[in-house]
Amino acid sequence: MVKPLLVEEHPLDGMIRADRMPHIWCPGCGIGIVMRCYAQAIIKSGIELEKHVVVSGIGCSGRVAGYMNIDSYHTTHGRGIPFATGLKLANPDLCVSIFSGDGDLAAIGGNHLIHAARRNIDITVICANNFNYGMTGGQMGPTTPYGAKSTTSIYGCPEHPFNLVYLLAAAGANFVSRWTTIHVRQVIDDVLYAFKKPGFSFIEVLAPCPIGFGKSNDLEKGIDEMLLYRERCVHKPDTPLDQLGIDLREDQPIYVGRFIDREAPAYQPILMEEKT
Amino acid sequence: MKVFARTPVNLGEFNIPRGRVHLILERCKGCNLCIELCPQQVLQVSDMTNEKGYHYPEIRLDREDSCVNCEFCTMVCPEFAIYTLEVEE
Amino acid sequence: MTSSHILTGRYFMNGDHACAEGAIAAGCRFFGGYPITPSTEIAERLSRRMPQIGGVYIQMEDEMGSLATVLGASAAGARSMTATSGPGFSLMMENIGLAAMMELPCLVVNVQRGSPSTGLPTLPGQADVMQARWGSHGDYGVVAYAPWSPQEFFDLTVHSFNVADRYRVPVLLMADEVVGHMVERVEIPEADQIPYWERKRPSGSKKDFNPFKAIDDDLVPPLAHAGEGYRVHFTGLTHDERGYPDMSADTHQLLVTRLVQKINRNTKDLIRTEAFHLEGARVVVIAFGSTARSARRAVRVARERGMPVGFLRLISIWPFPEQLIRDLAQDVDAFVVAEMNLGQMIHEVERQVDQPVLGVHHAGGVMLAPQPILEAIEKVTKNG
Repeated sequence: MVKPLLVEEHPLDGMIRADRMPHIWCPGCGIGIVMRCYAQAIIKSGIELEKHVVVSGIGCSGRVAGYMNIDSYHTTHGRGIPFATGLKLANPDLCVSIFSGDGDLAAIGGNHLIHAARRNIDITVICANNFNYGMTGGQMGPTTPYGAKSTTSIYGCPEHPFNLVYLLAAAGANFVSRWTTIHVRQVIDDVLYAFKKPGFSFIEVLAPCPIGFGKSNDLEKGIDEMLLYRERCVHKPDTPLDQLGIDLREDQPIYVGRFIDREAPAYQPILMEEKT
Repeated sequence: MKVFARTPVNLGEFNIPRGRVHLILERCKGCNLCIELCPQQVLQVSDMTNEKGYHYPEIRLDREDSCVNCEFCTMVCPEFAIYTLEVEE
Repeated sequence: MTSSHILTGRYFMNGDHACAEGAIAAGCRFFGGYPITPSTEIAERLSRRMPQIGGVYIQMEDEMGSLATVLGASAAGARSMTATSGPGFSLMMENIGLAAMMELPCLVVNVQRGSPSTGLPTLPGQADVMQARWGSHGDYGVVAYAPWSPQEFFDLTVHSFNVADRYRVPVLLMADEVVGHMVERVEIPEADQIPYWERKRPSGSKKDFNPFKAIDDDLVPPLAHAGEGYRVHFTGLTHDERGYPDMSADTHQLLVTRLVQKINRNTKDLIRTEAFHLEGARVVVIAFGSTARSARRAVRVARERGMPVGFLRLISIWPFPEQLIRDLAQDVDAFVVAEMNLGQMIHEVERQVDQPVLGVHHAGGVMLAPQPILEAIEKVTKNG
């Protein structure tokens, strides 16, 4: 047995509030992985750190704002997207990202999500989808797969989940992709692409939630769900959008890839005169 | 199933990178993602724990030189606890 | 700020429009809102004017989104506002709490209508008064003003932006449908006659800056905007001076106390009232908003009939002028409080005085007329 080289600092410590490490997320939680991808993409973007702003909502994913060492706003449940809209429209030079979860974005924040996509506001939304409301202990949410267990669906979830890619595509988003926390390189690439791409970008990243979702669904450790992703994911970006629903029952594929990449004009407020 | 493949004749011309694993002990939460997902099986679970009681990764005795700096552990660690740096030859 | 966008001049103008022009005169360049009677005209006017002056008008999908977007714009450095009425005001409550907690300046105009619930959309009310003070969950301070004319609607819009910026607080401009919809003379001054109070800005090292540390006696921390390199963290969670979430009772006590004291300690600069014949008055009538117009009439008639009555018009309704009322109570036999609700501000008066306080109340839907206020004055004068 050989110990790895023991050190005190990580190369990305400049991007995170290292004085607050270790963070609050459970062992095996995927949110930290997605946050790391986001931090890496920020560095690779070449956009001044000063101009990057992250806005989050409420939930475990919402805590990302508190750990990122950039201007960050941890707002009310579901209202991250309109807050970010205000930031971006008041100062178009900012590179505004929203980092939030499936519950915050698609349930209470659902209305804002679809309208921002409709308007094609120039922001990047990173959705860490762990299939439940993790922070409050693992209740079912709008993306909980049919039949999956949770603390409020002990007999199996009786609802069909949102197919977020389909939803956002229909709403008018310029860029929609879906990956998982095992597709780390693709997530970094897509976040980077989204920063530079005008219009509304939405990147769904499936992530393990071992203590919330996992414990109720035989995925007790983060690695279990990561291996499930590896086994079930199929990279097929030309899959028809209505077939992209997620079903975690045996032998059902999970489709990943860049599904929508279009060039509709980003939202512009009407301007008849120079700014005063 | 053993796969038979030819060895490329110019294999010797390629410089396979080598990496060195670095660990911030107190950040590790023992999730084992790095250990299980390392394509070179460089890591194993340590019998020892950090202050919080988590078993952190250590390098397998016979795999010390197998790290190729693919950086997958770096990218997949949720805790900003492990990373590799290329070893200059 | 270019003066050409301020419509200096004398107009016969609708109250809501005067509010919109007041916002422009104050330098507001961001409106995020949602149509709701009787405030819709503010949105309509600003949707026309903002593109003319390089500002932003965005119509959001609901009131929660409206206030959230206003707060985002404020965080980026813009003077921003929204306008609504009762039902929308209720929806905005969570984000008013967020504004208070993040200490983000913003203006929320509530042109009050008949309430509760859908109520009387096109008719006046003043029943959101207590909600303005206590509407969001928790302890926090707010500032609220109540205009009684389109002219004052213009003036108080300018003043509200100044207060919001200076004290890093949400300001609630509580008009009512009468003031919002009536058309009256409005004089818009020259640009250099319009006061502009700056936000308190940080100085010194960016790395060591603490976004929620009150460095002055006024308890207002300096405000760093997004994109300026301060790398600030703003959260609705209880936080320490660095802005980092801190789950401790001690930090909570310190923070929430400061948010409340920030207003209580600065009441001298925030409270505005108007006095009519208070010297020698034995009875004092208190009213605000459009009701104050009827109250003043009633007081005039009462004085003509020889009654020693004075009138205190509240221009700021929160913070409530507690000391002023207590001082008046030294020499006064009774108070009359007139409001277009079934009894809200009257409780604030009753709390401060031992004398009888007679209320003139109506649930809303019609402006309180002078007659019932006059009858109340006569009643307390006779008894006193």
